[in-house]
Amino acid sequence: MTVDTMAAIRQTFFQECEEQLSEMELGLLSMDEGNTDSETVNAVFRAVHSIKGGAGAFKLTALVQFAHTFETALDYVRSGKLHPSADVMKAMLRAADVLADLVAASRDGKEIDESSYAGVAADVKALTTVEGEEEVEEVIEFQPTVIDFGLPDMAPEPTAAPVHEYRVGFTPRPELYLNGNETVLIVRELSRLGNAEVSCDASAVPGLDTIDPNGAYLSWNIKLSSEAPIEAVREVFEFVDGEAEISIEADGQSEVSDAAIAALLAQALGNASAGEPETAVTETNSEDHPQSAPAPTEVIASETAAVSPQATEAKAVAVQTQTTIRVEFDRVDRLINLVGELVINQAMLSQRVIEANFAGSSSVIIGLEELEQLTREIQESVMAIRAQPVKPLFQRMSRIVRELADTTGKQVRLKTDGEATEVDKTVVERLAEPLTHMIRNAVDHGIESPEERIAAGKSPEGNVRLSAAHRSGRIVIEISDDGAGINRPKVRASAIKKGLISPDAQLSDSDIDNLLFLPGFSTAATISNISGRGVGMDVVKRSILALGGRISISSRPGQGSTFSMSLPLTLAVLDGMAVSVAGQTLVVPLTAIVETLKPKKGEIHGIGADSRVMAIRNTFVPLIDVGTQMGFRDTPADPERSVAILVETGGGARNALLVDSIQDQRQVVIKSLEANYGTVAGIAAATILGDGRVALILDVDALVSGSLEEQIGGDVHYGTGG
Amino acid sequence: MQEVGSSANSANREFVAFRVGAQEFCIDIMGVREIRGWTPATPLPHAPAYVRGVINLRGAVLPIVDLAMRFGIGLTEPTARSVIIVVQVYQQVVGLLVDAVSDILTTSEASMQPTPDVASDLAKTFVKGVYAVEGRMISIVTLESVLPISAKAAA
Repeated sequence: MTVDTMAAIRQTFFQECEEQLSEMELGLLSMDEGNTDSETVNAVFRAVHSIKGGAGAFKLTALVQFAHTFETALDYVRSGKLHPSADVMKAMLRAADVLADLVAASRDGKEIDESSYAGVAADVKALTTVEGEEEVEEVIEFQPTVIDFGLPDMAPEPTAAPVHEYRVGFTPRPELYLNGNETVLIVRELSRLGNAEVSCDASAVPGLDTIDPNGAYLSWNIKLSSEAPIEAVREVFEFVDGEAEISIEADGQSEVSDAAIAALLAQALGNASAGEPETAVTETNSEDHPQSAPAPTEVIASETAAVSPQATEAKAVAVQTQTTIRVEFDRVDRLINLVGELVINQAMLSQRVIEANFAGSSSVIIGLEELEQLTREIQESVMAIRAQPVKPLFQRMSRIVRELADTTGKQVRLKTDGEATEVDKTVVERLAEPLTHMIRNAVDHGIESPEERIAAGKSPEGNVRLSAAHRSGRIVIEISDDGAGINRPKVRASAIKKGLISPDAQLSDSDIDNLLFLPGFSTAATISNISGRGVGMDVVKRSILALGGRISISSRPGQGSTFSMSLPLTLAVLDGMAVSVAGQTLVVPLTAIVETLKPKKGEIHGIGADSRVMAIRNTFVPLIDVGTQMGFRDTPADPERSVAILVETGGGARNALLVDSIQDQRQVVIKSLEANYGTVAGIAAATILGDGRVALILDVDALVSGSLEEQIGGDVHYGTGG
Repeated sequence: MQEVGSSANSANREFVAFRVGAQEFCIDIMGVREIRGWTPATPLPHAPAYVRGVINLRGAVLPIVDLAMRFGIGLTEPTARSVIIVVQVYQQVVGLLVDAVSDILTTSEASMQPTPDVASDLAKTFVKGVYAVEGRMISIVTLESVLPISAKAAA
């Protein structure tokens, strides 16, 4: 097997680990809520077991060991020996976190210090030793062998160990040959370990008249002197495990036979009652064809199936629900691009037909309308491919809440809602960071300590609710807590102290709440290592805005706060306002727009050499002439013949953009300018209009800061000139 | 990708010859993706004068370089005969606005003459050699040098 194939299988393993981890966590959370039916417990057990099995094949010892401990505890729950009490579940959930960490570390090739999770491991182990039962440790050795990819590098390095004398008996069964295995290869592999004396026993070969051409009649006796440990010898036969009678004697000592291994295996899986280890082994191997290198999940599942009939049912259910395929994202993106072009083309065609003046009732128009509907449906379906449920994201948050509850000594319960809500993969990925920060804030600043809560007449356990829902073509994510709410006097005092507002500023409650989003604001008196890492809510707000989203806050003293985010479902299209500037069409992202105004006489005031401000309800906001700013014209536009668009930047600053006129509001497909040209100051991206022409999408933040720089630059220029 | 004259000397190579103003130029046909008619471009703010803007090339945003302006000859007045030569240089796809495509030349590397030693900056920067074809002089343009790289840096 080449290195590439190895890497590919490894990648598949870790991909599947992700799925298993998510499955496991879901199950555990469900168990935590009291659903301890065998199906749920089995699902969790299976997930952990699959990870362990796969990890064994890749020799990820730490992962295997921890998974094994965890699995044992789960098995106790499964077999009813351990009651899944709240404490037990807490330990299990922490173990799940550690397992996820170990998987991540193994994937990235990092080492995790065993001491960092030794506590959790001990806790989990303690769960199973309560009953005073001994755990069969050797099982760890054998488990991974069940799924074997037939990797050549599985054989351990020869060590300087003393030379062992092995007597190996090898009697293939017909299945061995049926499965395409070759005895000579196995014997050759064996002789690589050391000096081998091979003798063939042909005594069982019947006469020609009775011989079965598909039968197996030969057996081999090999005398091997090798430095390799017995495991290495056994590994040679991994390919044909169950397809042959194998006996290995080391230095005169008989080794564990297949049947004994099977017995241990069955015992470890909590079903030692089978009493027919022979059957177990045959079944296991009849479903396990190492040559086809099946996905670890399947192998483990079938193995479990051989041992436990309950699991078989559960497996059938799992198979039914898992009708997914893996597709590279590149392919999906290509498809999305093509469909985007189709939509543009269709729009262009419609426009041409209208220009060509066909009669309204003509079949051409009807056909076009049908085409339009179809293309829209195709576009939506294609976008749906990129869509992913927010479930994994929410699961990460529940972990963060658990960790925080541990470190802060608070009692917090996270409730999630609408986990199945789907949104573009990129949105999901880029939401992780701001969401983490907000969850940390909610637990760290929002929820009070148990004592404070009791004093306030609340239950000592705080609640954080995380919900997602689709609302008018956008996804709305809300994080609410039932904590103390925003301490407005404190926020106000802090803002004054930091010079963000003047001491006599008149601020409404919501104005004060929104101060949290100002850069350089942090309410924590001391910087805790939980949420006060120098990144404040302003960073959260900026990342949400960068995604084309909006964020708002509402809070009631003593009852908690709610942060609400509204985000586009996809980053491939954008809701924008098409405006005309100096004969060009520009698109202003709708998320940045606060309102549009028609400037009246006397509302525009000159300030400085060539800066202007606009009076909007007694406040003055800088006026940016988009035409001159973009270099489309040299003379500033007449404000009274233009339209002002009040925009808000990520930093919360308000500016008025002066444009000639507003065309309409539309959804545009985002096209990159960087690919063939480069970034352009003040321009976020491009799009293609219905007439096939390219229109530019304004980057409001950059436009505003660009205009500021220009003015400052101008001042410097005047200074040196004078 | 295909720098003119980078490979075997003896092999015959094909060039697309075109007219910019009164002068004739050519580029290696291997670098040419397609040739299409002129469509009005959307101007880009803060772009160098030789970047006429961007057009829609089947869903991709294609910057247009006015070669005449790039060579310092003057702004091209696009006409019905004006042509955009779509070229790919490394991963970048760019359209070159020229007055007309004249023909396809098949010539060998060996017949390339060095650029005559003239004072013009144009010659030094953009031309890597010349061909003499039926009494005409056709300059070989190095594609890399005409790209709007400065725009990238300016961002």
